[in-house]
Amino acid sequence: MPSKGESAPKPRLEADQVLSVRGLSIAYSTRRGPVQAVRDVSFDLRKGETLAIIGESGSGKTTLAVSLIRLSPRTARITKGHILFRKDDDTIDVASLPDSDLREFRWSECAMVFQAALNSFNPVISIWEQFLDTARAHGMTDAKEVRARSGELLGLVNLDPERVLRAYPHELSGGMKQRVLIALSLLLKPSIIILDEPTTALDILTQRAIIDLLRKLREQLGFSMIFISHDLSLAAELADRVLTMYAGTVVERASVKDLFYRPRHPYSMGLLRAVPRVSGALGSVVSIAGSPPDLIHLPEGCTYNPRCPFVIDECKLKEPELVAVDTPQHDARCIRWKHVAELLGKEEAVVAEKMAAAT
Amino acid sequence: MTVSGDITVPGKPLIELVGVTRAFKTPGGSIKAVDGVSLALGQSEAMCLVGESGCGKTTTGRLLAGLLRPTSGQLLFEGKDVWTTKGDELARFRRSVQLVHQDPYASLNPIRTVYQTISAPLFRHKKARDRRSAVSIATDLLQRVGLTPPADFLVKYPHQLSGGQRQRVSIARALSVDPRVIVADEAVSMVDVSIRISLLNLLLALRDEFRVTIVLITHDLAVARYFARRGRIGVMYLGRVVELGASELVVGDPAHPYSAALVAAIPEADPTLTRSKERVELRSAEVPSLLRLPSGCTFHPRCPLFEEGLCDVQVPTLLPIPDGRQVACHVAARERAPAAELLGVR
Repeated sequence: MPSKGESAPKPRLEADQVLSVRGLSIAYSTRRGPVQAVRDVSFDLRKGETLAIIGESGSGKTTLAVSLIRLSPRTARITKGHILFRKDDDTIDVASLPDSDLREFRWSECAMVFQAALNSFNPVISIWEQFLDTARAHGMTDAKEVRARSGELLGLVNLDPERVLRAYPHELSGGMKQRVLIALSLLLKPSIIILDEPTTALDILTQRAIIDLLRKLREQLGFSMIFISHDLSLAAELADRVLTMYAGTVVERASVKDLFYRPRHPYSMGLLRAVPRVSGALGSVVSIAGSPPDLIHLPEGCTYNPRCPFVIDECKLKEPELVAVDTPQHDARCIRWKHVAELLGKEEAVVAEKMAAAT
Repeated sequence: MTVSGDITVPGKPLIELVGVTRAFKTPGGSIKAVDGVSLALGQSEAMCLVGESGCGKTTTGRLLAGLLRPTSGQLLFEGKDVWTTKGDELARFRRSVQLVHQDPYASLNPIRTVYQTISAPLFRHKKARDRRSAVSIATDLLQRVGLTPPADFLVKYPHQLSGGQRQRVSIARALSVDPRVIVADEAVSMVDVSIRISLLNLLLALRDEFRVTIVLITHDLAVARYFARRGRIGVMYLGRVVELGASELVVGDPAHPYSAALVAAIPEADPTLTRSKERVELRSAEVPSLLRLPSGCTFHPRCPLFEEGLCDVQVPTLLPIPDGRQVACHVAARERAPAAELLGVR
């Protein structure tokens, strides 16, 4: 234990880590009392990796994402934990970075793409001016250089720079706005891009184009991505790893295949079963009973226990730890995960038997 | 009555759009949001209208609900032209067709309790005479839509309810006047994934219980497939219905190249499947403006099956193909094969 006044040893990231969030908790102060929006969240992001954070509204996923670049509203406070970013060969803790250093860090190291539907643009200035403003705010002052770079980026996102730079936000379709926002996020060559619901409110064909675009850019430019979505299929398309959040905390952390084919937390399993499919058998689709908890008055024990089909008395005593299941790279916050595995295994066996009987 | 599989297309429609066009004036000129749409719905049918934004599905829903007057064409209810009826008969139509809106945060009056919201139409349509009977009917309705115990919900204001609960209140309000048809416009799009299915199931249960016809308007083909699994799906593009038929056929083996492109583009919640799906490459990503619609088939500038001199010249009409579906595509109709087969994305 370090004694008072002596600082703990400075945490360092491994060579291929670009971000490590450790034990992060965030609270909002409200009139009804403090809201624990994010509780003890930890995860790592490697170079070139894509992480999806999934969960329902109120699960804390957006609070978590905006806190990574310290853009949270004033009422939010990081109460615990570290947000470690790799900068060149150094490690910086964004959780304790002074405000004066934040601006340099934002956008140049880590950029955020907000939902285009939520109008992230200034409506009264042209797209060119949006690029120029962003560049200037981050110390890129040569207009010629900004022009060249924005032209190049708009080309990368399959837009015609001549036409788009002159346009005002209202002249662009939802899909075009989302492309411009993605191009804008790449302006200062960040190593990480955070996307908040990047395809929500877009039409199907536009969604497909944005997904394919993100995949192409990731390959060409090698950045890491974190995206937040309530849309599981987007995670299935793009993610390498997935975090499931519930009531402000991580309930499952797994590779995309483990999460979709071998979920071990009842909530992840419930979410997967609540989504109807377009291809293959319709199967049984069921909603999760009940609704997410009030974050001010969290249920005793496991926060999911009032909705959980696997609940036993022990679940109501204390919140379970995030423990390794199946493999060391797969964690779930559930004392009943073996029962989830058993149920899914049995169902698989039944399906296999039916298929064998049919042939 | 024609029957394909276990899908029943009723012989005598309850509500019907006959060659309906609806134009709107915009600063850029007149646009046809809906162009020559004919749709017939039978009693207790569950049907979905799908398409992307601007395809006219919401306008079609509003035309069905009698909230917009057709520029040309007719809306028939029980065989009678709604827009020529008056008085009691018109009032009966108004009661019979109810709309459930997309946004549960905007469609309920924030300063009215659930009781006030549900009782207003009861008094308006003289279904309740006094407070006591209104409370009793409202209690019953809340029970039906799964808001229990009803007494707790009657006194609540919208801000005290979740999105899903608000949508249930909207459904209860629609049911309060014993409708024959419910038009639900994107009724589940704004609620959390985890509870969407329960809302769809509620609508389906109400259809079975009250024999009400439900038209669900959605941009989500997976939702459409689930909801209309024993019914039909209509796919709209730029104001026209381009494909209409049994849900499993439209989603499983799309006949129109536009439907095929939609199905192929949808991301699925299965990593291996979704990353290996066959794509339909469109010739252009740009959606034409309703102000300057392409000649002939309006999909031709984007269509992978485009044939010069045919598709850009003649407007295709909805024609039946052998499996009982209707499709507005020259090529699919001539080849007597669904586009999915012609494009190799079956």
